[in-house]
Amino acid sequence: MNTFEHVTVTDGNEAVKLLSERGGAAGETKIIAGGTDLLTLMNASLIAPQRLVNLKAARALRYLRFAEDGALHIGALATLADLERDAGVARRLPILVESVRDAATPQLRAMATVAGNLLQRPRCWYFRGAPHCWLKGGAECFARDGENKYHAIFGASSCVAVHPSDLAPALLALDAELLINGPSGVRTLPLAAFFHEPTNDARIEHTLAPDEVITEIRVPGQPEGANGAYLKMMDRQAWAFALASAAAQLSVEDGVIQQARIVLGGVATVPWRATQAEDALTGQQLTPELARTAAEAALAGAAPLAHNGYKVPLARELVRRAILRAGSVPHP
Amino acid sequence: MADTSETAAAPRTHVSLQVNGTTREVDIEPRRTLLSVLRDDLSLTGAKPGCEMGNCGACTVLLDGEAVYSCLTLAVECTGREITTIEGLSASGELDPVQQAFIAHDALQCGFCTPGQILAMKALFATNPHPDDETIERAMSGNICRCGAYPKILAAARALAGTQAAQQ
Ligand SMILES: Cc1cc2nc3c(=O)[nH]c(=O)nc-3n(C[C@H](O)[C@H](O)[C@H](O)COP(=O)(O)OP(=O)(O)OC[C@H]3O[C@@H](n4cnc5c(N)ncnc54)[C@H](O)[C@@H]3O)c2cc1C
Ligand code: SF4
Ligand code: FES
Ligand code: FES
Repeated sequence: MNTFEHVTVTDGNEAVKLLSERGGAAGETKIIAGGTDLLTLMNASLIAPQRLVNLKAARALRYLRFAEDGALHIGALATLADLERDAGVARRLPILVESVRDAATPQLRAMATVAGNLLQRPRCWYFRGAPHCWLKGGAECFARDGENKYHAIFGASSCVAVHPSDLAPALLALDAELLINGPSGVRTLPLAAFFHEPTNDARIEHTLAPDEVITEIRVPGQPEGANGAYLKMMDRQAWAFALASAAAQLSVEDGVIQQARIVLGGVATVPWRATQAEDALTGQQLTPELARTAAEAALAGAAPLAHNGYKVPLARELVRRAILRAGSVPHP
Repeated sequence: MADTSETAAAPRTHVSLQVNGTTREVDIEPRRTLLSVLRDDLSLTGAKPGCEMGNCGACTVLLDGEAVYSCLTLAVECTGREITTIEGLSASGELDPVQQAFIAHDALQCGFCTPGQILAMKALFATNPHPDDETIERAMSGNICRCGAYPKILAAARALAGTQAAQQ
């Protein structure tokens, strides 16, 4: 690991000030929260920040609070374990507990923060290893015609790595937004606009600027009769990233689906919203047949690579089951 | 393995750590992990370096009673927190009940993963004295055992939990 200067801050504003010094040069100064992704990248010499800003002492940023309007406010420093153990979250937003339960391990969930989880970098083996691939500024994506068993089946980016977060699909299905602190003040950003497929000019999975700090993740109050589910498939029962996952959040009134959100994980460089599936569900009576139709629609545009064709039927089945589970329809 | 070879000119920070109930002072570079400081500066070699990437659990220690990976924790960020290593469990000279259960159930072979396994189990029983099987399995899912001692590790946990399975 490279040497660096280490500064501890006690609130988000101080962090922004430090991040924007030296012109806010990307990569020069980095926030460290749980450190579980940052330190693995530094250990592998993939990044070498000159200064780390330790946000963990900003204790006021670690909270889970339900507001009067039913919205859940998640402080950026809340850990995955905090979410997993919260009785209110379990009762009102079970999809969030399901999404973190099988993420990483108990030790990592105790360390990992929610904001850090959304900002973690891909697990593509070329990216984590030595090759100077496209996402790292190189000319070529080695996975596209290489070892791509764990890679994307959707998306238009030159990169085909998948977003590793389990929490992100669930938060997207809940229409979450971010509160972001930057040099010119506070802004709100829908999570849907935060995730962005890497482009030639911005080879990164999100739109957060290098001098910005996430302070809160806000989940709007859900309508009466809303329920959600998150299902994840791994190649072993624990300690693995999703081969594919599905988040479904439905609001149902008198048996009719008023609103549906279906988001896939492990299939694209960003969590992948399946709007055709949502359209197939909205205004309909939830039945096993409808779930099957919606799941078909969710995977309709999939374009698997040479070694990940298995993800298409896998994700389709996860979507089908997540819909039925969210709608409390018994299913095999 | 973390490269800490270029230590010569790098600035150091004075850090005071609470380890196993005593205050330990060290002058360290900010890049040093808690794992390396415990082992190399404080001669507490119970926590083991396995992968140093969050993939094995051999480096597990307790921070304020919660199990964490010391390989992904910077030592400078541990001031003001209570650090417990395997050496701290028997500080009074008597083995901890979790350690005794490991012995009684023969829950180790080579022993490399054992300090981490014991501390993960310690964290579980501190918050939940009677966990069911699923809770035990989930709590122990962040520690790999290359020798495959899992059935006996689970037996030790069940015995401590006083579950029916342990009485069979
Ligand atoms: C072995 C292993 C297995 C894993 N398995 C899973 C899994 O199955 N599912 C899953 O979802 N995740 C998994 N993870 C990823 C893990 O959940 C993330 O590493 C973790 O959530 C990151 O949070 P952190 O607080 O540790 O972030 P850090 O490592 O501290 O930071 C990550 C990034 O976010 C930035 N950052 C952090 N907080 C802020 C903020 N408030 N504002 C602006 N920038 C910020 C940092 O600068 C850094 O760039 C795994 C990780 C490991 C090591
Ligand atoms: S998938 Fe992305 S991260 Fe992996 S080799 Fe291709 S460009 Fe690099
Ligand atoms: S050495 Fe820390 S998890 Fe392997
Ligand atoms: S006893 Fe050898 S690794 Fe677990």
